[in-house]
Amino acid sequence: MSKKADFVKFDKVDKSYDGKVLVVKDLNLDIEEGEFVTMLGPSGSGKTTCLMMLAGFETPTNGEIFLDNNPISNIPPHKRGIGMVFQNYALFPHMTVFENLAFPLKVRKMSQEDIEKKVDKALSMVSLGGFANRMPGQLSGGQQQRVAVARALVFDPSVVLMDEPLGALDKNLRESMQYEIKHIHESIGVTVVYVTHDQGEALTMSNRIAVFNDGKVQQLSSPDKLYEEPVNSFVAEFIGENNTFGGEVSEISNGTCKVKLEKGEIIANPISVKSVGEKTTVSIRPERALINPKDKMDNNQKGKIEEVIYHGDHTRVRLNLLGNSEFILKVPNSSQNLDIKLGNEINIGWNSHDARALDPK
Amino acid sequence: MSSETGKILTTDGIPLEESLKQAEKKNKIKAFLLVAPLLLFLIITYMIPIGDMFSRSIDDKMVTNMLPKTYKAMENWDGKELPPEEVFEAFYLDYKILVKNKTAGKLQTQLNYEKNGFKSVLKKLARKQKKFEEGNYKEQIMKVHKRWRNVEYWRAIKRRAPSYTYSKYLKGIDMYSNEDGKIVQVSEDRRIHRILWIRTVEVAFFVTLFCFLMAYPIAHLLETLPMKYSNLLMICVLLPFWTSLLVRTASWMILLQQQGIVNDFFVWTGLVADDNRPEMMYNKTGTYVAMTQILLPFMVLPLYSVMKTISPSLMRAGKSLGATPAVAFFKVYFPLTIPGIGAGCLLVFILAIGYYITPALVGGASGTLISNQIAYHMKSTLDWSFASAMGLMLLTGVLAIYWIYNKLVGVDNIKLG
Repeated sequence: MSKKADFVKFDKVDKSYDGKVLVVKDLNLDIEEGEFVTMLGPSGSGKTTCLMMLAGFETPTNGEIFLDNNPISNIPPHKRGIGMVFQNYALFPHMTVFENLAFPLKVRKMSQEDIEKKVDKALSMVSLGGFANRMPGQLSGGQQQRVAVARALVFDPSVVLMDEPLGALDKNLRESMQYEIKHIHESIGVTVVYVTHDQGEALTMSNRIAVFNDGKVQQLSSPDKLYEEPVNSFVAEFIGENNTFGGEVSEISNGTCKVKLEKGEIIANPISVKSVGEKTTVSIRPERALINPKDKMDNNQKGKIEEVIYHGDHTRVRLNLLGNSEFILKVPNSSQNLDIKLGNEINIGWNSHDARALDPK
Repeated sequence: MSSETGKILTTDGIPLEESLKQAEKKNKIKAFLLVAPLLLFLIITYMIPIGDMFSRSIDDKMVTNMLPKTYKAMENWDGKELPPEEVFEAFYLDYKILVKNKTAGKLQTQLNYEKNGFKSVLKKLARKQKKFEEGNYKEQIMKVHKRWRNVEYWRAIKRRAPSYTYSKYLKGIDMYSNEDGKIVQVSEDRRIHRILWIRTVEVAFFVTLFCFLMAYPIAHLLETLPMKYSNLLMICVLLPFWTSLLVRTASWMILLQQQGIVNDFFVWTGLVADDNRPEMMYNKTGTYVAMTQILLPFMVLPLYSVMKTISPSLMRAGKSLGATPAVAFFKVYFPLTIPGIGAGCLLVFILAIGYYITPALVGGASGTLISNQIAYHMKSTLDWSFASAMGLMLLTGVLAIYWIYNKLVGVDNIKLG
């Protein structure tokens, strides 16, 4: 079975609520069949609006959304056959777990026998076998969450939308639910569009992540690419931790460039700079910079330790480096012999490949 | 922990329960003192008047107190034949005092209620008794009028012996206990109370229904509109609360009368002919219209407060699961509003069943309710015991509705906000 690369397709979609401000600008997004795509972004970035347009609760102001090559803008929500998990689960409080799950099957006029079979299967999928006769109010948050997931999947929708479904759970439960949802997705192969503002969640679960800001997709790529190779300074800033230097390109050649800072100069990887004299922000991940590097690295600088914070598995070190007093290093706690003390001067090195010269902030 | 008694002890060896009681005693006293004024207020303004109403409604001491000697003498009389001489003598003595004090009229009225034709024989006796000689009162009284020889009249006197009676309650449902002590209905042309009771329940029912039908969309609109508009609408809903009930009712009178604005409008639109204006006031229509408008907020507010708690994502969830908007509404939204519907209906029904001013002003003859009858007896006939009896019957009815509602829906499910 060949998978359609554009099973869900946003084609030049614009959305405005008041006719003055565009919350979604010229959105083009293709989602493959069976894929787990996360829309990630700060609040107000338009990601939930996109989800609501796909679900049918909002209409695009311009452009069209296609589901399996069919335009769906004029199809009401209840005919789209898209499952949805809501932020606060939206379980029907007056129905038992069984009735909640049976609801989508009953409105589809299935026989009682089929309904029971399907509900049983869906409940065992989320390991809530014995809970059919409970009321939602008698369940814990995590259990309600699973019922909501089971209800969104029970009628075999082609696409399931999840709108920050784990937002109300505590940290441990959230993490275990992330794996659970990921495993369910893997086992049944349904297309999932997931919305969250939690980057950890997005990185853990997704095949691809669409980073939203200001109504636009800033970058759409796999989690590792997104983290290692951000295409602009917003993505670099938003995903993971990041050390930045603002400066001006002074030389550009052979896939490297020199960036002149206020104090000193660094060698970087030109991603979005083309010519000498451009302003740029250089981004380096904390774990890519090493203390007293053994290998030869093309950037070597001295920095002064300003703060040391113990974090259990690692220690965070804040340095003043080349005029940036917010330079963060993550030192694994196995390397105890390093001379990390407040006020010490240490050598820092990194490869120019890992210092990405992006657009200026 | 001592395993013998199974009681948990504190470290000082006092049983835990006792220790807890002592520790909480002070708080309990404080809490009681805080609610004590309210409790006292409730007792004085609520329990005592109801108790007084009840005792008034069953009180029948008037006749008992007017004929003390007679009733004492009647104790040994079995009521089968004419009473013995002592009863006649006692009655003569009692009656003589009443005539002297000029209070015999009351007795005449009261006994006439009991048996028709009593008044005239008592009046005759009042005139003749002045010339009575001592001794053999039985003969002398029987000579005054032949009805004194009829045992029925003496039985009528005896029936009024108990100082308590439920006859007012019987009267409230158009029944009475006849000469034989049997409870029977009054003649058909005099059954006015039953009509009033039925009409009261009917009006209350339909007013509740109309209120519900109108309030549900209003409450839903209030809940879904943006804040700016919903506040304005809320003020419109609450506006009737800020104007006097009398003013509101009077304005309905202006609107609904035959030469009123509504009728003018109907004529103007050609809906009715000018010489055939419908009567919308001084009948049930007027009562329905005015009471629905006045009681509407009591339905809107509980509904609104319940609807506000229903997350909009529930309807969306219903739709996303494949339910048409109508199915989602009836299967998801509507069942969740039932606590509000229950609260609103109970509130409106109970208020409507005892409504007074509006039906009195716009109800006319066919639109008056039981409360108007109660007021009539309070003000015009001064039969307070009957008014009290009907008031208590109304209260019992309300309590019964509350009980049924509790059995059907459960009072715990009521949500007022």
